[in-house]
Amino acid sequence: MQQKDVLPMKPEIADKQLTVKPVITGSEAVIRSLIAEGVDTIFGYPGGAIMPIYDALYDFQDQVHHILVRHEQGATHAAQGYARSSGKVGVAFATSGPGATNLVTGLADAYMDSTPMVCVTGQVAAALLGTDAFQETDVIGITMPITKWNIQVTRAEDIPAAMAKAFYIARSGRPGPVLVDITKNAQFGEFEYEYKKCEYIRSYRPLPELNKEAVSAAAELINNAKKPFILCGHGVLISGAEKALIALAEKAQIPVGSTLLGLSAMPVDHPMYVGMLGMHGNYGPNMLTGEADVVIAVGMRFDDRVTGDVGTYVPNAKVIHIEIDAAEINKIVKADVAVHADAKPALEALLELVKPAQHSEWLEEFRAADKKEYEKVQHRELYPEAGELKMAETIRLISEKTKGEAVLVTDVGQHQMVASRYYRFKNPNTNVTSGGMGTMGFSLPAAMGAKMGTPEKEVVAIIGDGCFQMTLQELGTIYQSQIGVKIVILNNNFLGMVRQWQQLFFDKRYSSTEMVNPDFVQIAKGFFIPGKKVTAREDISAAIDEMLAHKGAYLLEVVVEKEDNVFPMVPAGAPITSIRLE
Amino acid sequence: MQKEYTVTVYTEDRIGITNRITIIFTRRGINITSLTTAETEIPGVYKFIITVLSTREKLDKVVGQIERLIEIHRAFVHEEEEVVYQELALYKISTRSLHTGDIERLIRENNARILTITAEYFVIEKTGHQQELIDFIKKLEPYGLIEYSKSGRVAIVKWSRRFHEHLKELQAEDAEHGL
Repeated sequence: MQQKDVLPMKPEIADKQLTVKPVITGSEAVIRSLIAEGVDTIFGYPGGAIMPIYDALYDFQDQVHHILVRHEQGATHAAQGYARSSGKVGVAFATSGPGATNLVTGLADAYMDSTPMVCVTGQVAAALLGTDAFQETDVIGITMPITKWNIQVTRAEDIPAAMAKAFYIARSGRPGPVLVDITKNAQFGEFEYEYKKCEYIRSYRPLPELNKEAVSAAAELINNAKKPFILCGHGVLISGAEKALIALAEKAQIPVGSTLLGLSAMPVDHPMYVGMLGMHGNYGPNMLTGEADVVIAVGMRFDDRVTGDVGTYVPNAKVIHIEIDAAEINKIVKADVAVHADAKPALEALLELVKPAQHSEWLEEFRAADKKEYEKVQHRELYPEAGELKMAETIRLISEKTKGEAVLVTDVGQHQMVASRYYRFKNPNTNVTSGGMGTMGFSLPAAMGAKMGTPEKEVVAIIGDGCFQMTLQELGTIYQSQIGVKIVILNNNFLGMVRQWQQLFFDKRYSSTEMVNPDFVQIAKGFFIPGKKVTAREDISAAIDEMLAHKGAYLLEVVVEKEDNVFPMVPAGAPITSIRLE
Repeated sequence: MQKEYTVTVYTEDRIGITNRITIIFTRRGINITSLTTAETEIPGVYKFIITVLSTREKLDKVVGQIERLIEIHRAFVHEEEEVVYQELALYKISTRSLHTGDIERLIRENNARILTITAEYFVIEKTGHQQELIDFIKKLEPYGLIEYSKSGRVAIVKWSRRFHEHLKELQAEDAEHGL
């Protein structure tokens, strides 16, 4: 027998030897597929139907880092935060039944905010499907409308192809969440493993071909415009088109307003940047949509929070819509020129055709509006001299002390709007927030994910007192996995945004919005996370310094003015130009 | 203005594809009035023919959202006059009525035909548009209608040029990708 080994093999036998595929279980195939896709971090929670996969994971701990969250919703938001800060696909694991249904909010959130994510759920054995077995739920049916794609795998040998498709779909075109549901028998089954990355699905065309005629038509509109205005959306960041956008704005001197999710695509201190669009955005960029004669909407979908009353939106403008998702074109606002394309190549092509221009008077209008907003709103918010602490001054200090370079992860409500308004973003992909869904409880787990995705960056979670109590159990994850996020709770003892609406539109009938809160610093202490509570103006600066200087996670509770309102504001459904400064 | 439209959708052969399509109508509160689906001349590609009562504006957006689904090839909205269509109905009648002379004339005049006859019943087939098929029920009722069954719409688009070629190209493309 020994002799046989040294004998040269016949060529056809040698070939066969080389192509022998390893026989492994479906569970191991899941983990190997993830590694093949470059996954280094998984957020998840084990349970009965996904135990074989967790067992396989045990052998790959040196290659994949699994973060044990405290609730599956936390796993999805963490995967979202990871994806949004790093640009890679976020991955979450959950078991069947309740584990799977707990993913629903995060999936819907990722779907609305175009976030690449792959969720793997365990499922009861194929033979039990449809029988109301223990922890069986129709997660495919449930998540159909809130995923870009989903698939149930019932045989081990189908796992690699399903995983490859899942990653391809999640990250290509307009990104989104994908769910792969794997029955227990498929996890146990053995087969000859081979992994081929997916790069083609015949019914799916993620990258539309750039229509040169449309680009020329857009350039002509821009070249003839007196008051052009760029609306920068999330698509600019996803496409990596920030530089092209800035170059276009500089070349033709076009002011740029940003949607909530477009924030950080352009540095806030850039001379062409004029502020945030929408309900609580800046005065100028909202008001002046009424005057613009050409609007260049890039990678955005005209959310109702951005447009206000659509019937009166951009009444004097020709609309150029650069958008990768054909279904978004003409969905809300009719495009005069539709450029169905990825933002980066579209903007680069446009840049060549657009002529240098000056729009000094037009830019002056933005500056005048800015001045008005600063005097009426911002100054008293940012530099108050008396009274209780304000959210805005806290954000200003954090912005100054982090030099605008932190990854800011906000939750939903007043603090989100204030943080988005006043943090002076410097670098792309440093704004992580729940925009489309407005998911309270998003920030804490998303911040964990953002920190895992970009460990070299300072990650600051800005959270309201209401939001914090929706997912605060993730403090356990932060402690166990030693994730160095800075947590700032802006505590006004109210569900502030709802209260603001009650004050303005419901005769101050504060129905179920006042909160009796626990001692947040004590709670953090219970999870072995140090913290501090600040109530006085003279202490806030030092407290932020202390937080930022601390190595590792830290919780800072800032008690802010109880009945403060966020202004400017556009009442829901009103024309966006009816924006109120007070 | 709400009126009747025909929506055609070309899809991959995948479990749950019907559900994926119909929930997009559901979201916008559009009621599907008929739905016909079957494999096309190209194995693995299905065609859905859906009729709805809605507005053009809404349906243009619905079709965009359907096309966005991964396993959908194309989706279209058609006005009534853009399609040639037929529906098929079967009528089961008591055999006793065969003995009256009228039924023969009725079948001939309405371009219907008899599919099968047993001692108890016979089955008539008729194709046409919905109203004709319903009108025929009334004519048959005096003879003892036992059961009626009607298909959804089967439609051909008047302006289509090369759907068949396009589907064949899909197959060729697959071969290029080694699938």
